Amino acid sequence: MSWLRAHRYLIARRTTQLGILLLFWLAAHLHLGVLTGNLSSSRVFRTVPLSDPYAAVQILATGHLLANTALLGAAIVLLFYFLTGGRAFCGWVCPVNMVTDLAGWLKRRFELKSQFRIDRGTRFWIMALAIPVSAIAGIAAFEWVSPIAMLHREVIFGPSLGLLCIAGILLLDLFIVRNGWCGSLCPLGAFYSLVGHRSPLRVGFDEARCDRCGDCVRICPEAHVIDYAEMTARGFIASGDCLNCARCLEVCPRDAFRFTLRFDRPTLEHI
Amino acid sequence: MVSRREFLTGGFHGRKVALAATGGLVWSYALGESATTAAAPRPPGAQAEPDYLASCIKCGQCVEACPFDTLRLATAGEENALGVPYFEPRKVACYMCEDTPCINACPTDALIKGTSIEDARMGLAVLTDHETCLAYQGLRCEVCYRACPLMGQAIGLEFRPQERTGRHAYFIPVVNSDHCTGCGMCEHSCVLEEAAIKVLPHDVAQGKLGENYRFGWLEPAEISRDFVAPEAAPDLPQWRGGLEKVLEEMENLTGIEEP
Repeated sequence: MSWLRAHRYLIARRTTQLGILLLFWLAAHLHLGVLTGNLSSSRVFRTVPLSDPYAAVQILATGHLLANTALLGAAIVLLFYFLTGGRAFCGWVCPVNMVTDLAGWLKRRFELKSQFRIDRGTRFWIMALAIPVSAIAGIAAFEWVSPIAMLHREVIFGPSLGLLCIAGILLLDLFIVRNGWCGSLCPLGAFYSLVGHRSPLRVGFDEARCDRCGDCVRICPEAHVIDYAEMTARGFIASGDCLNCARCLEVCPRDAFRFTLRFDRPTLEHI
Repeated sequence: MVSRREFLTGGFHGRKVALAATGGLVWSYALGESATTAAAPRPPGAQAEPDYLASCIKCGQCVEACPFDTLRLATAGEENALGVPYFEPRKVACYMCEDTPCINACPTDALIKGTSIEDARMGLAVLTDHETCLAYQGLRCEVCYRACPLMGQAIGLEFRPQERTGRHAYFIPVVNSDHCTGCGMCEHSCVLEEAAIKVLPHDVAQGKLGENYRFGWLEPAEISRDFVAPEAAPDLPQWRGGLEKVLEEMENLTGIEEP
């Protein structure tokens, strides 16, 4: 029971990640119309459209106007992730997260050292670069090579060579750069970092409870977001790089973290 | 003001800009290379190829909507552009649904809304191999002709005298690009081990007349004031006229009257 409680958010995240994959799979194979399509674009109950806004931007950059369905879908997704914290996509939906979490877990378990570092800003450069590249090449640049879409297709339509790409990400994270793909390279994650920059839903921090044990820093895939000075001053994790994955909530022995709203700081002090 | 030295050696993100520019060029090149594979058939209503590749978001909703499981998304390692919908008629052809569920499902207009299925151009059927096509051996096959959902329009039969026996006709399947939707029923049903008729991309399959080229017998008046078109020769055999004419011609050739 205590194990369940200690992993409640992990279980919830895996449930949403796998559940979304399962719903897509059921639609593709059994025509169950709850969630049809894939993470690039889909429909809920065959009516409400959802589209990856970053993919939409790239397609627009190629000079192609998008149908209203795709634009509306992108707007809905943008609003949703603005409200829930931008990179909540990374922590709760993206299937690659399960691969990089596995790498992170193995790394901690076997105390593997990283060989290199890649500047965290690289992903923003890649994100921005995809726009002119889409315009020059005439096709959506990141969508063409996206391991997220690739893994998704692998799961839904059966395994192929794309698994090599996923294995590459695993090895990168495992041996070469800590959290290398999600933290330093993935342009979609960078995009959602921007989307979530001012998100209302944040991980709140109660300075009074914290004894600086550092368990949260060790478990956090984006450890730089745990900035004690800033968290103490503002009462929450402010960085848009935070995945709202709640690993810090689970691991904290003194319950110093809990979900809160950005403008909701006073109530936190009454906890 | 940033000096040139500062710009190139690290000030003002100079190195990063240089790296990004190089990366961008390599990236563009790689994309351009990978997007050159001509592939067919595409789903009904697909935009012309470069536009189709650009506007498709690779969501697979057309694939899901297809009631016959015809469409699929290309996976990594295939010849087709990664993640873009296509189909293999030899496995499953397009059944040309009147209500085009695949087109309706497309969120981006990569498949153009409102395209009627008869106007779809998924590709163009081409009888690629005369050396194995049974009809060209003088055998009665016509399977592709009969499998064609637009029989008599998209694929017709052309009758030609069969010199080997001197008393039979070839029944040659002929595709008409004005009607062929590229559904692939012909390729799917071809009785050979490897189909002799295949659906190809239009740009692979079709030629194009030069802009200034004119067929004199079609528009004689427009060619030149000095040129006088001859009257159509009255006695040339017209093989397209149907079986009766073929038989008539055969009688003329062989002197044997068919019963």
